[in-house]
Amino acid sequence: MYSIRRWVVRNARFFEVAYRLFEPVVVTLTPLWKWMGYPRAEKAVSKLEKVSKELLFDCKMCGQCVLSSTGMSCPMNCPKNMRNGPCGGVLQNGNCEVLPDKRCVWVEAWEGSQRMQAGGQIHAVQLPVDHRLKGSSSWLRVARQAEEKAPHHKQGERND
Amino acid sequence: MINHERGHDRLVATPAAYSSAGRLERVLKAGYFAVTSELAPPDSANPEDVYMRARVFDGYVDSLNATDGSGANCHMSSVAMCALLSRVGYDTVMQVSCRDRNRIAIQGDVLGAAALGVNNVLCLTGDGVQVGDHPQAKPVFDLDSMSLLEVIAGLRDKKMFVSGRKISDPPKVFLGAAENPFVPPHDFRPYRLAKKIAAGAQFIQTQYCFDLPRFATFMARSRDLGLLEKCFILPGVGPLASARTANWMRHHVPGVHIPDAVIKRLEGAQDQKHEGRQICIEMIQQLREIHGVSGVHVMAHRQESAVADIIEKSGVLRDRRPWFPGSDQRLDKPHELPVDLNLE
Repeated sequence: MYSIRRWVVRNARFFEVAYRLFEPVVVTLTPLWKWMGYPRAEKAVSKLEKVSKELLFDCKMCGQCVLSSTGMSCPMNCPKNMRNGPCGGVLQNGNCEVLPDKRCVWVEAWEGSQRMQAGGQIHAVQLPVDHRLKGSSSWLRVARQAEEKAPHHKQGERND
Repeated sequence: MINHERGHDRLVATPAAYSSAGRLERVLKAGYFAVTSELAPPDSANPEDVYMRARVFDGYVDSLNATDGSGANCHMSSVAMCALLSRVGYDTVMQVSCRDRNRIAIQGDVLGAAALGVNNVLCLTGDGVQVGDHPQAKPVFDLDSMSLLEVIAGLRDKKMFVSGRKISDPPKVFLGAAENPFVPPHDFRPYRLAKKIAAGAQFIQTQYCFDLPRFATFMARSRDLGLLEKCFILPGVGPLASARTANWMRHHVPGVHIPDAVIKRLEGAQDQKHEGRQICIEMIQQLREIHGVSGVHVMAHRQESAVADIIEKSGVLRDRRPWFPGSDQRLDKPHELPVDLNLE
């Protein structure tokens, strides 16, 4: 839904706040995910994530969501999958070289990030995509990482 | 005797260690105004075609870019061209585009190229397949130009593949990237340059510059961000053959921005080809005056034979004569070539 995707970028500030409120909820539900078992939770959560993010962002479920670093404009919609900024082929009107009737996702990303409080994250260099994670839930990954970082986990048995 | 005049004290600012054994890095770090150009790869398997195309640049350029399927058109590969040219002593910039290969193929190519004597690698995302002669091809784009820089910097500095597996001898390459200050989002472009430098870019070759004020603004912003001490900038220039070609380019070549004034000037000229070269010469001279410009990258598609004359008339080389075949006698050991900077 191209028009919704663009509307979201125009309201990037709102979605930033919404996500900031939403993330702790997913993290707090960690006991639930554990109880369900991560593979089962993954199935349910990724389905939910896919439906909602596809609607809002034209999400491609790369599994490594960087929306908060890209002004809420999903970089996987770039025909060249650029995750670090626009290519050199952007048209003078700000449209895409490959899809000339669509806006460059990075022109949008730059505008979106200007509206966000943590828009400076656009300056961070993103690592290459791990294609194994395609289709998996970014939300659960965030929850899991937060859990692993938690102090009670630190003096655990893991030694890697 | 070293010429500091144009070097912005880079000799002091850069660490003594060199990343590569190549001439381009030495010329830049010594503070000379470097000249690079690019070679159109042949549609043939004959090495003589490569040598013939290179010959027109002898004595006028410090390094030659070998394009990697530019415009998504199929030609002889960049790695092969660089290998052939480095055998006889040319310094080459191997262009690597992310369009056609994934991270496994690219890392293998970079190791192989370095083993064959390639000293410089330019990391590009590459044009989409739609614009080229094989629109039916599957685009890869496993990496983008930025992550490609990181990957190759990792090979060189951490001696490691992306997988984390160690390599015994890292590729000693000087890392370059492209930037296009002339297309939107304009205010993001200097920050994008900052990202590329953070990812490992040591020199930048830009898209064709025909809009000097736009470029000057970009450089001023980059300077404010402290980027010009960390990276050598070589703006792209090139002669336009006629007002018609210029018009065609601006509508058909992605990323090329040619202001109306340039097209008007060409239209008004009696000899448009001559005027196109004159514009290019003036552009080089004006770019040279901008703080932080370390050289130029001359892209003269189908006008390669004009490059020597353009460089000569621009006067940017002063009395310096870049490498030409036979200027050193140790062609059997291309990576150990003594760097002939013609210091006298």
